[in-house]
Amino acid sequence: MTRQNLDRKIRHMLDEILVIDSMVESATLEAIQALKQHDLDAARRIYQADAEINARRFRLENECMITIATEQPIMATDLRLVASVLEVVNELERMGDYAKGIARICLRIGHEPHIKPIVDLPHMADIAVSMLHRAVSAFIAQDAEAARRIPQDDDQVDALYEKIYRDLIDIITGDTSTLSQANLLMWAAHNLERMADRVTNICERTIYIKTGEMKEIDVSDDEDLTG
Amino acid sequence: MNKFEINDLSLGYSDGTESLKQVSLHIPANSITVLFGPAGGGKSTLLRVLNRLNDLADVVHISGQVQIFDQAGSAVDILDPKLDVIALRRRVAMVFARPIVLPMSIRENLTYGLKLAGIRSQTRLEAAVETSLQQAALWEEVRDRLDAPAVALSGGQQQRLCLARSLALEPEVILLDEPTSGLDPISTGKVEESLQELKKQYTIVLVPHSVQQAARMADQAAFFLQGQLVEYGDGKVLFLNPVNQRTEDYVEGRFG
Repeated sequence: MTRQNLDRKIRHMLDEILVIDSMVESATLEAIQALKQHDLDAARRIYQADAEINARRFRLENECMITIATEQPIMATDLRLVASVLEVVNELERMGDYAKGIARICLRIGHEPHIKPIVDLPHMADIAVSMLHRAVSAFIAQDAEAARRIPQDDDQVDALYEKIYRDLIDIITGDTSTLSQANLLMWAAHNLERMADRVTNICERTIYIKTGEMKEIDVSDDEDLTG
Repeated sequence: MNKFEINDLSLGYSDGTESLKQVSLHIPANSITVLFGPAGGGKSTLLRVLNRLNDLADVVHISGQVQIFDQAGSAVDILDPKLDVIALRRRVAMVFARPIVLPMSIRENLTYGLKLAGIRSQTRLEAAVETSLQQAALWEEVRDRLDAPAVALSGGQQQRLCLARSLALEPEVILLDEPTSGLDPISTGKVEESLQELKKQYTIVLVPHSVQQAARMADQAAFFLQGQLVEYGDGKVLFLNPVNQRTEDYVEGRFG
């Protein structure tokens, strides 16, 4: 291992994380916009573009493995960082799948009138994407303090998810013919809620790189369930 | 249980080099403790303190306390000037970087030390030859040619013969100073596997030839820099998450 080689490879890995993150953020916001505007062409483009996110993920994983194999010894922060890149790219790829899922929902709803104004979903997406953007920035900068703060915003995402759920239940109760679309919109909300959860995983990895401690950031307020 | 307790050990050579500066650490029994760091850190010097091999070097001052414990917990002061160093070196054996086999047969390399120690029984000698070669993972390779000259062995085999030679005298501790530095990866692997097995019976203190070997082998690891003990801790943790920035910089290859 030469230090310069390893530094260069790590910089490249982090650059690639930024590229994939940018693709995921765009895909998410554009998928929600496509859903809101019944833009089926946009939805198809987003759906197909997920293949590029997947390809980049595998290339980055391969790059990490080759680095580990060829730049030994990799120790301490370097090792925690490379291991975390493997985890984070996996999280980003799953978030890309969520955006693709929202695009698919748009295609399934097609030109059917929306049973509910698409207002809360874009709001959820804005918060989730903002969280993702900040989380990846903190990861690149290895800023554990910033990473610790980000998961707190998940409360807003969860609150919107609950609201969408209640609204859709009310709609279904009033008109059972809305069940199919309500289910699809619920899935879209679910995807955004899961995206925010995965952002927390990225934040945990940032803290791990910095401190060597792998600890879950628990922002759950399910005290009524867990006691 | 600790095998060695080292407190405030300082050592200086006649050329003015302060090779060890107030080093304190405990070396647990039946485990592998690795001493690692850049050249000139004091690792080999500390190793040679543990069996008083430094008596043969140009040491002008040595202070502090170094104790070795037996299974019953009784301590012996290693730095005691009246200590029987020959007896100490039977308890604390050493394997060096360059394998130096005696100009004799394989068998005689192993029985030489035993005979010097007064063991004459042929049965005991033969048993010791087989046992020590088994422990050094060399028995299967040489069992049919024990009377062949030891110099005919490969480098890796010679090093394992040196290890067997140390083991024949049934020490309590094995010190190894870069034992695999001249060996190919397969021979290195065999020596390392042997040590992992041997630690069940012996206390092993190892100066590795690379950070990777240090990380592979260490139950405990001690990082030395310019005579100072910078950091000491669990082997796996220290290489993954060192506390001291200097340790981190070294294991990440930023210097040294």
